[in-house]
Amino acid sequence: MAHIDLKNDLPGIRGLMAFDPQAADALNGLANVLLCRESSLTKGEREMIATYVSSLNDCLFCQSVHGAVASAHLEDTDGDLIKQVKSNFAEAPISAKMKALLGIASRVQRGGKMVAHRQILDAIAEGATDQEIHDTVLIAAAFCMFNRYVDGLGTWAPEDQQIYKDRAPGIVEGGYTHPGQNT
Amino acid sequence: MPHISLEEHLPGITGLLEYRLDTAYPIRDLTQILLRGESTLTQAERELIATVVSAGNECKFCTAAHTAAADILLGECNTTQMVLQDLENAPVSDKMKVLLQIARNVQVSGKRVSPEIIEKAKTLGATDLEIHDTVLIASLFCLYNKYVDGLASITPSDPAFYQTLGNKIVNQGYLRSPQLIKKP
Repeated sequence: MAHIDLKNDLPGIRGLMAFDPQAADALNGLANVLLCRESSLTKGEREMIATYVSSLNDCLFCQSVHGAVASAHLEDTDGDLIKQVKSNFAEAPISAKMKALLGIASRVQRGGKMVAHRQILDAIAEGATDQEIHDTVLIAAAFCMFNRYVDGLGTWAPEDQQIYKDRAPGIVEGGYTHPGQNT
Repeated sequence: MPHISLEEHLPGITGLLEYRLDTAYPIRDLTQILLRGESTLTQAERELIATVVSAGNECKFCTAAHTAAADILLGECNTTQMVLQDLENAPVSDKMKVLLQIARNVQVSGKRVSPEIIEKAKTLGATDLEIHDTVLIASLFCLYNKYVDGLASITPSDPAFYQTLGNKIVNQGYLRSPQLIKKP
């Protein structure tokens, strides 16, 4: 049960967004620009960063939603790729650039100052642009916000992964919205 | 030196928010809603939440900027210093002390917020909305702190810089304004 009376039974951030639709507009606006707008990082790659950071923060709701969306974008039908990224991305079948960016994201999760200049140079050597490095840091920082909002207010999250998988096509199609929003 | 190429006259968060305007817009909007919107928490109280979280994340730029804003709103510097150094004896209400402790827990991890501390806040008169806003402000400043330091943006050492920035965010708020970003 959530720490406060949300006046709804929705799980995770959906319950919070129904509680505070004004903040929800800004939060979904940020998620849509970072994750759904066209960018040189694919949507699957950006959702992978969001999923990885959420798993480092041990946020079940966020890593399940974004993991399912990442898998949908990446044709990772059984979810094995995302599982591998979460458990040990260095050995996962992803590009060297993505490994460098996930390394940066993991440091942002621990603390902004933990990002080493060496990691930035490695990412650049693997072809990462300034904008891709910026977006990686901001996605990681943003999910440190989303994860804290979701868990800091004690929201509940379904255990059944199929529930998240069923929601993924709607997000792939229409982006991030909140309950009651007209889209 | 920042990890990416930013406008040299815009240190800290200011250059990052100009680097990508489409991401800056919802971040500014959320900040304006939470720190300047209608609330039963005063603007100074909300700036104190931003300050303790930034200090917990050791983000010098954000700590100095929001300390300046809180000091201007309070008309003195003692409260913010006490909140940062000795919260138990700081001249703020008991409710605020618990909300600031919740913010510090959020800074470490969302999972650190216990049902007991929430109960304590409610007993001292905190409303659900105040608890919600405290957690979301604390979460938002984790975004800011990690964004500012994760890209190694410049942290000015001159206290006058933060005084000017504090005045701007108190008087003009957090939405983008040409005055905030103009070249000196």
